[in-house]
Amino acid sequence: MKNLRNIYLVIFLAFAGCDNDQFLDREPTDILQEDQVWENEDLVFSVLADLYNRLPDYQGLENWWEYANFDEAFGSNAGDYWRHQNQEYGYGNWGMWDYTYIRDLNLFIQKCEAATEISDEAKARFLAEAKFIRAMVYFEHVKRMGGVPLILEPLEYDNSGDPSYLQFPRAKEHEIYDFVIAEMEAVKNDLPNGGTKSRATKGAALALVSRAALYAGSIANYGQLTPEVSLPGGEVGIPASMADGYYTTALNASEEVMGLGTYELYDQDPDKSENYTNIFLNKSSNNEVILAKDFLVQGRTHGFTIETIPRSLREENTSGGKMNPSLNLVQSYELLDNTFAELPTRDENGNPIYYDDPMDIFEGRDPRLFGTVIVPGATFRGKEVDIWAGYKLADGSVITSGQLGGQAQLPGSNATVQVVGFDGPIDQLEWSAQNGFYLRKYVDTSVGSGQRGTGSSVWLVRFRYAEILLNAAEAAFELGDLEKAAEYMNQVRRRAGFPIDLTPGEIDFDRIVHERKVELAFENHILWDKKRWRLAHRIWNGVTADLTNNPGNALAVSTRVFGLKPFKYYEPGSPNNGKWMFEEFVPAPVFNAHRFRLGNYYSQIDDGIRNNNPKIVRNPNQ
Amino acid sequence: MMGIAASLASCSFDNYDEPSIQLDGRIVYQGEPIGVSYNDVYIELWESGWQRLGNIGVAVDQDGSYSSLLFKGDYKMIIPNNQGPFQKIINDQSGNDTIPINLTGSQTIDIEVMPYYMIRNVSINGGNDQVSASFDLDQIITEDGARAIQEVSLYVSKTAFVDNRTSIATANRGGADLESMSGISLEVNVPERVPAQDYAYARVGVRIEGVEDMIFSEIVKVNL
Repeated sequence: MKNLRNIYLVIFLAFAGCDNDQFLDREPTDILQEDQVWENEDLVFSVLADLYNRLPDYQGLENWWEYANFDEAFGSNAGDYWRHQNQEYGYGNWGMWDYTYIRDLNLFIQKCEAATEISDEAKARFLAEAKFIRAMVYFEHVKRMGGVPLILEPLEYDNSGDPSYLQFPRAKEHEIYDFVIAEMEAVKNDLPNGGTKSRATKGAALALVSRAALYAGSIANYGQLTPEVSLPGGEVGIPASMADGYYTTALNASEEVMGLGTYELYDQDPDKSENYTNIFLNKSSNNEVILAKDFLVQGRTHGFTIETIPRSLREENTSGGKMNPSLNLVQSYELLDNTFAELPTRDENGNPIYYDDPMDIFEGRDPRLFGTVIVPGATFRGKEVDIWAGYKLADGSVITSGQLGGQAQLPGSNATVQVVGFDGPIDQLEWSAQNGFYLRKYVDTSVGSGQRGTGSSVWLVRFRYAEILLNAAEAAFELGDLEKAAEYMNQVRRRAGFPIDLTPGEIDFDRIVHERKVELAFENHILWDKKRWRLAHRIWNGVTADLTNNPGNALAVSTRVFGLKPFKYYEPGSPNNGKWMFEEFVPAPVFNAHRFRLGNYYSQIDDGIRNNNPKIVRNPNQ
Repeated sequence: MMGIAASLASCSFDNYDEPSIQLDGRIVYQGEPIGVSYNDVYIELWESGWQRLGNIGVAVDQDGSYSSLLFKGDYKMIIPNNQGPFQKIINDQSGNDTIPINLTGSQTIDIEVMPYYMIRNVSINGGNDQVSASFDLDQIITEDGARAIQEVSLYVSKTAFVDNRTSIATANRGGADLESMSGISLEVNVPERVPAQDYAYARVGVRIEGVEDMIFSEIVKVNL
């Protein structure tokens, strides 16, 4: 009975309580409303900042592990060993279907166009920036998924129970590329020329055109090698006849960036390796970087340095040394006379070569190697890293330890001495140079950046001038203009420290592939480059192949990451006693070959998406 | 204790019985099974009538066989495009490549397809750390859609999974180097096995130009 009375009371209140509309209709004090935002340029900018912040990077400073998926790096972290053990790449890998993001961008653009309270100048720039971000997002989609529905208006559901009017089919692959290119050409003049590297600029818009057109051109061109990677509706695959047009667009956009006068190659340090590494570390006087995701100490930092710093130099006791660049990559760096060579570990008779200093084996190599990779014997933050695998005796046996810097007795001696480096390599020991190398590119040299409390503020470079030059070189090469191709590529190579230019006759497809591999290593290019050249299924073909003897060959199979063990030779009385020798090896956790199937060229579209929209066709070969 | 007992015991009441009807069969050409690599060729089973569509993926085994435990129902079986070293055949009932299946009890369905080639008269022998194979190739699709041979290979593996992923010794010969389609022979030296193993598994495979999946002969165990 009592309950019943309460129920009546509630019912009464429910009807009675609404008399006074004013009572419930209050301005919220904790959120800003739409019209409030669009009255104030600072608030609009903060909405835009969120949109910038959501730009995805498949490989980046906040997800180092994705770098270990291919043949560039070994993931020296037990939780990431599986990347070297999978039988194949999943069809869903590197997929993306983010229409929430696209809707937010479309809403921003719609509201911005309608806004009356902000200045025309600010409005034009905001609009151009949002369109730049939207083009970036569509570019991200098309390179992962192929053609996707091209939605340029925010869609609203009318609650009618029939959502079919919201279901759009996939656009053709080239239509998305065309959209990105046309949109950037349309807004580039509303964007400032330089002045910022973390917001869209004219240079960034043109850089996007340069990259997108180059991708589209190579898909049109090299897609002919894999006719089965296509769909009859053109959602995947670009007609070969369009290749020259895209290459021309890429070349023109690249040359327009060069003509801006805003950007140049970073060349401030006489030590070419230092110079190369500083492209990524120097944020104050750097005219090479066109667009970056910036970080700020005491604002927003990342833990990339904590994860990758050499073990013996780490500032936290929980992590470090997780990314080990592969020997596959290391041996790809040319000699300074423009020739390719493996690392000389053995002479022609198969006997080991002895070196006085561990760095000697790398002598005469492209200085970019030492700007990208910390090799045994190199210094970082002013200290020499301690990478050596143990003592090798005359009979071939090895004395080493299972502990970093571990000690043991050498034969004929009672004293214990250090028998392995404080940085490894030790089989199966994570967070150290398990394969003999550490990463240098993007690893912060400032003290404190390896601590959790501070973190690193090194920026993630998304577009830089050297890529534009290489884009131009490739486009010119594909269009048959070898003079131009050589000139643009040589600019990059001269800066890198090569004394001898390549002649136009030396520019071929292998050179183009190789130059991007070494100049743009660890910059989120490897997958997309190998995909657009249709090389991925040929070089990551699932065959357990040995390390190639010809690092300049674009078609060399490279399915497993290799390492290099430096040993000290121990044979008292021998002239080689105490000298260094090297052995190539496969790190123990690497036991399957990378296999990229034809169905990996375009990621799988979830059944859930296709259930919601039956007009979406599946990607091929899955 | 009571809780643990309850959590273990309480599941029979509200659950369905597990699927119990077996659908199995092989992918065949005129009754002869077609060998493929493991986990590479899939059949999809679609059952309509549910709110959301999703397929049951059934992997084809190395000897061309497949099997799946299912519930009763009407299924549509398809082999997705570009799967397998063969072309699909139009089904009489559906008028396209979909195979309708009314599943009321366990059933065996062989799927007829048109392979580009068949491998015939295979003989694989081993001994003295060597494996040799000889075989003939029979081109099945000869007119429209005919494709050239890219490569023929002999694979030797330590386990009964035999293809380029697992092979410890491989002999390849490019399609252009084949003088004739019959009496093709391949030979390979097998490196030392660790731990020691005096036998291995071998088969030959054919890679067809523009086709991702290879066609394979039957796996044989050879002594080394």
